[in-house]
Amino acid sequence: MNRQSNTYTVIYAVVLVAVVGVLLSVVYQALRPQQVENIENDTKRQILAAALISPAPGESVADLYSSHITDSYIVNSKGDRVDNGVKAFDVNVANEVKKSDISERLLPVFVCSTDKGQKYIIPVYGAGLWGPIWGYMAFDDNGDTVYGAYFAHQGETPGLGAEIEKPTFRDQFEGKDIFASDGAFQGIKVVKNGQEPSDGSAWVHAVSGGTITSQGVQKMLYNSLEPYTAFFNKLSKGKEADK
Amino acid sequence: MNLKKTFLPLINPISKDNPILVQVLGICSALAVTSKLEPALVMAVSVTAVCALANVIISLMRNTIPQSIRIIVQLVVVAALVVVVDQVLKAWNYEVSKALSVFIGLIITNCIIMGRLEAFALNNRPWPSFLDGIGNGIGYGVILIIVGFFRELFGSGTLLGYQIFPQSWYDAGYMNNGLMILPPMALIVVACIIWVHRSYNKDLQE
Repeated sequence: MNRQSNTYTVIYAVVLVAVVGVLLSVVYQALRPQQVENIENDTKRQILAAALISPAPGESVADLYSSHITDSYIVNSKGDRVDNGVKAFDVNVANEVKKSDISERLLPVFVCSTDKGQKYIIPVYGAGLWGPIWGYMAFDDNGDTVYGAYFAHQGETPGLGAEIEKPTFRDQFEGKDIFASDGAFQGIKVVKNGQEPSDGSAWVHAVSGGTITSQGVQKMLYNSLEPYTAFFNKLSKGKEADK
Repeated sequence: MNLKKTFLPLINPISKDNPILVQVLGICSALAVTSKLEPALVMAVSVTAVCALANVIISLMRNTIPQSIRIIVQLVVVAALVVVVDQVLKAWNYEVSKALSVFIGLIITNCIIMGRLEAFALNNRPWPSFLDGIGNGIGYGVILIIVGFFRELFGSGTLLGYQIFPQSWYDAGYMNNGLMILPPMALIVVACIIWVHRSYNKDLQE
């Protein structure tokens, strides 16, 4: 057969693509379960990192997660639990923060028991300079004070915006209050050195050279945490009621 | 056939015909993945595997490939291999796959692989093609690892994530060189390697 003829070329291309297509789908199907597990474990690792828990080398993240995360549920903007059959772990936070009507948002909460008491972990999601940034914030049971924070990003510039995932930036959040002394939600400001607010509101230092990403973090915290206001208020009332 | 001639395709690309230093191919990924040593290592292994396998497959197919679609056939083979590498990394080494993210997919466009397929595998038998793929992969990988070594050492003071420079140095006023982390320094480091390489290989000097 003439190898340069059109018929041969077309048949060759069709057969090649079919073979490659079958091969790739077999590989995909075979590796899928392992990949899903990896992604889940990575999310669990991030959630635990917010509560300042990290697996020791060789320790299973899944085991650590199930021993520390005692409960997880979804609340609405009124602070009431929502039971619609969806697990808090499976809520796509990226889609939820896009809903302009706060009352429609599903707000996941992960309850984590640590050696410093019960912590409440909230997922946050926003935009950096080049792509999405996200993270998890752990709060004390007074529904106000940050216990720990974890941030991650997709494609921020290494050494600049990408510094938000480093402990030097994250650790600043510990002990900050997201509510002002009069009880209004204020979030946490991310400010440049020398521009610290003097009105007593909570702030952390921005990443130098990463202004847009830093502003993204501030916005992300405000957008993602504000809908939880009612939930946090209930938490703090519950705490006072206990006393 | 003597031994030296058999292994020429393997040895040549490591120094005399190095894809980065001499052919100046694959520079783009040499900049992108070398700010830390670990992704550089994984990228080196991945490119070597893809390059060798693609060379063998194309070499086996070389007498059947229609001339008019040979580049497309090469691309399909390379793309399929790269997707397999990507899937395997996601399943077995998720952390590294996350760090390399888009760069794994970019192996498809790595000029070294297409270059070797066109220049070597289409005209040679599978065994020499395999050696050529391995040789070029190693030649590329060695440079990546050297660049990654210097950038991580001076940029972060670590190697493979382990602290190398002791805290006492930092207390004494030593600072990590932030510029090493940024892409321009990769170019400068590559240029320095080319400089050293050429001064030893006089026949390469123009």
